[in-house]
Amino acid sequence: MEEVKIGVYVCHCGTNIAGTVDVEEVAKFAATLPNVIVSRHYGYMCSDPGQDLIKNDIKELGINRVVVASCSPRLHEKTFQGVLRGAALNPYLFQMANIREHCSWLHEPGPELTEKAKRMVRAAVNRVSHHEPLEIRAVPIFPASLVVGGGIAGMQAALEIANANQIVYLVEREPSIGGHMAQFDKTFPTLDCAACILTPRMTEVAHHPFIRILTYSEVVEISGYVGNFRVKIRRKPRYVDEEKCIGCGICQEKCPWKALSEFDVGMRKRKAIYTPFPQAVPNIPVIDTEHCAYFLKRTCRACEKFCDAKAINFEQKELIFELDVGNIIIATGFDTFDASKITQYGYARYPNVFTSLEFERLCSPSGPTEGHIILADGRQPDSVAIIHCVGSRDKNYHEYCSRVCCMHALKHAQLLKEKTNADVYQMYIDMRCFGKGYEEFYERIQKENINFIRGKVAKVTDQAVSEEEKGKLIVLVEDTLLGRMLRVPVDMVILCVALEPRKDAGEVARLFHLGRSADGFFLERHPKLDPVATMSEGIFIVGCCQGPKDIPDTVAQASAAAARALAMIVRGKMEVPAITAFIDETKCSGCKICNRLCPYSAIFFDDSTKVSRINQVLCQGCGACAAACPSGAITHNYFTADEIMAEIEGVLA
Amino acid sequence: MSFEPRIVGFLCNWCSYAGADLAGVSRLKCAPNVHIIRTMCSGAVEPEFVVKALQHGADGVLILGCHIGDCHYQYGNHRAKKRVAILRRLLSYLGIDPRRVKLEWVCASCADDFVDVVNKLTADIKELGPLHGGGKDR
Repeated sequence: MEEVKIGVYVCHCGTNIAGTVDVEEVAKFAATLPNVIVSRHYGYMCSDPGQDLIKNDIKELGINRVVVASCSPRLHEKTFQGVLRGAALNPYLFQMANIREHCSWLHEPGPELTEKAKRMVRAAVNRVSHHEPLEIRAVPIFPASLVVGGGIAGMQAALEIANANQIVYLVEREPSIGGHMAQFDKTFPTLDCAACILTPRMTEVAHHPFIRILTYSEVVEISGYVGNFRVKIRRKPRYVDEEKCIGCGICQEKCPWKALSEFDVGMRKRKAIYTPFPQAVPNIPVIDTEHCAYFLKRTCRACEKFCDAKAINFEQKELIFELDVGNIIIATGFDTFDASKITQYGYARYPNVFTSLEFERLCSPSGPTEGHIILADGRQPDSVAIIHCVGSRDKNYHEYCSRVCCMHALKHAQLLKEKTNADVYQMYIDMRCFGKGYEEFYERIQKENINFIRGKVAKVTDQAVSEEEKGKLIVLVEDTLLGRMLRVPVDMVILCVALEPRKDAGEVARLFHLGRSADGFFLERHPKLDPVATMSEGIFIVGCCQGPKDIPDTVAQASAAAARALAMIVRGKMEVPAITAFIDETKCSGCKICNRLCPYSAIFFDDSTKVSRINQVLCQGCGACAAACPSGAITHNYFTADEIMAEIEGVLA
Repeated sequence: MSFEPRIVGFLCNWCSYAGADLAGVSRLKCAPNVHIIRTMCSGAVEPEFVVKALQHGADGVLILGCHIGDCHYQYGNHRAKKRVAILRRLLSYLGIDPRRVKLEWVCASCADDFVDVVNKLTADIKELGPLHGGGKDR
């Protein structure tokens, strides 16, 4: 083994370190330590001349280990590792002593600071002697991407990637792409029709040569790692041959069996063979086996009889197949809060209490009432209360703000005024109109003779106490600005329900190894600087699965994730970080303790050799396995037991 | 001269080491007795490291990790919690006061907590006295 030659560089950092630590003495002390060939101190080690000191010593003195005593490795470890790399020395033959953040800045000035700095340098010198060169490997990646969820977020991400001529698989579990946005009537604050801006997008996705849409399909299994995922997809049987169906719709016309329409949130019925909505993509119906007479009683087959294209196939089986992808974008969206949980608001008890999503369908020209805002008995409402924060900003349900409700409540008010000229009451906690053009929209709506009552609604009841309340729903609310309890009789109540994580978000999180924040939404890698990446490399989250957000933010996030995926696709390969763990097969006893311990399932048991092995690409380098191995067979690179032990001896010597 | 304990601190790279950095950047001041060693995760701190430190002259050991639920590696801190609990019991069998080994959660923005933990442990160990001769351990 080659002789260890260490160079030590103590940084003044102007006066940040040198002001309280005698850097010259520290450097002199370092020179006395074993294997130290050269020890210098300099004003700013991170500057070009500082870096050149190291470079020259590597070239001229042949030093093969470097210790820099300066700031935090979190700040400049990469900088100095780059210097080593530039001088053809392995970047892991390096150690930093953090004598600024953890010494000169952290303690009252005094002679013990210099002593502490010396100990920190000694620890680093002790440690670096044990450092070994680590291999930085590059592995090729699969260029295709997977997008999970076909709402506006998923479609946007898919289009961005596909427009760069890269293949995208867009998986959607419903029969059609479109997501929640397809259910909306108008979008705030511009009031353009949701379908008018969404359906062209859907068609673009459908016809894009680089996008393959997999509707009525779900991801059931995922293995592999960033750049090299293998994803198992289950395609549910539609019982309609996609190749043969021409989308004429005759089957839906003739089908005598009905069920509540999911797309219209149960407000009207659809047939047992159906497309969720007229603009569905693909425009191919599915048979709902729970309501189809053939599947229930083996009778009927009306659709089959009338289908000229002979597309109906009752024998169709589910299809399981695998895809190889390099990146995965999760865009699974949100569920709306079940308003019947707040019993005092009377949802599902009073027919004229609607959720905001139901109201969207009521407004929509393609909805159950063809866009007429009517009560359960067919009358137009004369007065409507819009209750904000139903399930959001409420300690009993969700503490977070759902972000979109204030704005869609204003939009609903506008639509109500336009279509019915009813009296509209907004019952809000705070108005949060934060987006571009949102405050202006709020200003505009305020001028439209709409009543704003600041207060959280206590109750919605039909118990009238006066003549004018008879036959109405009475909203009990405290107007906190007037300090008075009010009874507001109205014909219709709209509940602005919270956006919440999908019911199966937990399973999806487990499937894709995602974290979830306290509110249940998927957790981003960093809330500010890395909002679309996750702790699982190569898996991104966009749209409402990450947290409630409006359409502009969702689209922006989707494009951001697409850019991240494309960055890797363009590189074509990726560097695997060297801080991983590996198992010495001669020491491994095959006890498998480490196998279950690994949070990334990177450790597997090799049955042929009866020892465990670590997949170097999956391993994230946490070191949990190394700490647990009873045989001491696992080495945690860059944090080996020898290195840490040497460091301990160094600080205590 | 008063007893100045020597304490070895194992700080996880993602939360606690960053929290200690922040304490420095914010120019908060704490006792200089804790010598920090960076680890990738509190769950990577081998019990042997703690024993080694105590054996080589440390009067106390501090292990800091991310708060439960915030672990960069999902649940490394759960492992740390379990391991340290067992280790503390073993140490007490050896006659070492388990208060000398402390596990706490310090997040990347918890600079104040970091300073408090360091000062508190330093004061506690001053109270316990030196581990190697003259301490209050059994």
